[in-house]
Amino acid sequence: MTAPSPAPATTDTLLSVRDLTVEFGTKGQTPFRAVDGVSFDVRPGQTVGLVGESGCGKSVTSLAIMGLLPKRGNKVAGSATFDGTDLLTLDDREMRDRRGRDVAMIFQDPLSSLNPVVSIGVQVAEVLQRHRGMKKSAAMAESRDLLDKVGIPDPSRRLKEYPHQLSGGMRQRALIAMALACKPRLLIADEPTTALDVTIQAQILNLLKELVVDSGTALIMITHDLGVVAGLCDEVNVLYGGRIVETAPRHELFASPRHPYTNGLLGSIPRLDGARNEQLAAIPGSVADNIPWTSGCAFAPRCSRAIDVCRAETPSLEQDSVAIEDHLLRCHNPWPTGGEA
Amino acid sequence: MSETTSMLDKKDTAAEHEVLLDAQDVKVHFPIKRGVFFDKTVGHVFAVDGMTLQIRRGETYGLVGESGCGKSTFGRALLRLEEPTNGTVTFAGTDLSPLKGEALRTLRRHMQMVFQDPLSSLDPRQTVESLLLEGMRAHGLTKDAKAADARLRELLTAVGLPVAALRKYPHEFSGGQRQRIGIARALSVDPELIVADEPVSALDVSVQAQVINLLQDVQEQFGLTYLVIAHDLAVVRHISDRVGVMYLGSLVEEADSDGLYATPLHPYTRALMSAVPIPDPLIEDQREQIILAGDLPSPANPPSGCRFHTRCPWRQEERCDTERPQLRVVQIDGVPTSHRVACHYAEQIHSGEIERHEVSATAVDPSSLSDSPTVNTQENPGGPISAP
Repeated sequence: MTAPSPAPATTDTLLSVRDLTVEFGTKGQTPFRAVDGVSFDVRPGQTVGLVGESGCGKSVTSLAIMGLLPKRGNKVAGSATFDGTDLLTLDDREMRDRRGRDVAMIFQDPLSSLNPVVSIGVQVAEVLQRHRGMKKSAAMAESRDLLDKVGIPDPSRRLKEYPHQLSGGMRQRALIAMALACKPRLLIADEPTTALDVTIQAQILNLLKELVVDSGTALIMITHDLGVVAGLCDEVNVLYGGRIVETAPRHELFASPRHPYTNGLLGSIPRLDGARNEQLAAIPGSVADNIPWTSGCAFAPRCSRAIDVCRAETPSLEQDSVAIEDHLLRCHNPWPTGGEA
Repeated sequence: MSETTSMLDKKDTAAEHEVLLDAQDVKVHFPIKRGVFFDKTVGHVFAVDGMTLQIRRGETYGLVGESGCGKSTFGRALLRLEEPTNGTVTFAGTDLSPLKGEALRTLRRHMQMVFQDPLSSLDPRQTVESLLLEGMRAHGLTKDAKAADARLRELLTAVGLPVAALRKYPHEFSGGQRQRIGIARALSVDPELIVADEPVSALDVSVQAQVINLLQDVQEQFGLTYLVIAHDLAVVRHISDRVGVMYLGSLVEEADSDGLYATPLHPYTRALMSAVPIPDPLIEDQREQIILAGDLPSPANPPSGCRFHTRCPWRQEERCDTERPQLRVVQIDGVPTSHRVACHYAEQIHSGEIERHEVSATAVDPSSLSDSPTVNTQENPGGPISAP
């Protein structure tokens, strides 16, 4: 694997993921590489986006960092250094101590992430009792404050209610309250608004934005929606086929997307403020057309700018020569600066 | 608005203005039953509560709204897949409500549906060929085997699938390809109207764009009329000529696509638009967001007066909570008469005479769904809203 070029982890880096690789497979079969040498840094108070479509490895990346992948049937390599400790080397007990206290996660489907037979209050209080050693009554009082903080109306009543009694937006707020209970320094949000309606999505995104600003928590935002990224993330990593294909600060990425895949994604989205009667510039084919990274660029069969070298040589992630800011790119034939799809 | 006018002029032929589908005051109320021995009806879910709209031949009408607003139920009610409680639906001059059995079945050939989840709407044990032929056979279109075969090939070409696909089963395709099969199936009986219920929301962004383009291509090729039901305002605006915005069972605003985007008049439409993320950080940083407080009220227990008044940032003391507004034409410069809105104060809000104020989220009580609808609406304007 070519060493990706992000600067070596400096002291102000909270989480530094290096060459993270996750393979799934059973004995006797060629393993499937879901995540392939992913590296990125998260600084305190920063919001980092992992963007891509289904199967690009964005969720597996977050599960690997959290140590939530199943015990069997996969192989994790690389490192995820959080505060000087490599999370990937921790054993179960040490990881359990970290999870929820230092690093917390919220998931896409809040209903299946909550225990249906335990009331919301007990579920939130459990985190406080486990990690902060609070007594039950104190934990319940704190839970009430947490629910209030994430904007759940009438929190005293909600404490006694069960997940099915809450609406989708409320459930996601309850999950955020649980995640924030121990004031984690890093929050991973895996498609937190995908299951929600757009007006509720706006509420939740607003809440997350406030939390990052108020508490200085770093946020890894995993999403397929470039619109969400545009409003929220400081730094954006675009993933395709398990590898990062483009990394840039938000403004830089949207002002001059250089990778044909990033460009293609932007062209595929009907925009509320765009021209209407035009055809969308769709990316042809589907991920099933990918070629393995080892024999070239996985995106080449779907790429409008593919040239011979794309099918012959694996591109590496390098600093974009023409960009002013930090802008990493994995492409043999990128769009010219300011290029439009 | 000049652009809009010229667009309408282009279509200024009699056929273009002909109303293909006319829904008048359609209501679908589902009874809430309770009791073991006696099926006592304890209330109703007012899923669709007074929808009136016309779809003209050749146009694409987009129906947009959030989950639970009744948009899918309305789409199904149009095709009589759901029995309307009230109202009439006229399709190409035929009143659908008295139709039964064979007459209804025959008419369904002209109105087809494309569903959200292509995998669950395709029989996993049928080949694509048999899936496509089933509808044609039911409507007697396969008597000439050669013509039917040619038709199959034409369909596949139209939706961009190889002829080899005929022998395959649905599980052998990707999500986007399955949706193409779903579209081919709808086209197979040569319909006039296609109701597409969230046709792209289960698909990845890049594939979504392919299917949107395909829908537009086949519309041109086969001269179709569309009713596209979706929660994504950006998608709806992109493919629709006219857009209707639904909230809790009825339309709150109706306008041509560009007009709706240029001057959204209903507070709900404005909030909905401001909530749609735009993939451009410069715009995202600057634009004004209207964050609605709370959740959608329960359709079993809708608020009195204007259904939106419990969450409306422009709510006024008078009329909003007592009088239900009807769709009406507004007197605002530059807004055509085709742009209608169901808000008592649309003019004043547009001119800025009425200003936005804070709304605090009210407690949500999903159990009100199973409670009697006589519970005070002011206390319980909440409902369970699951994923779209």
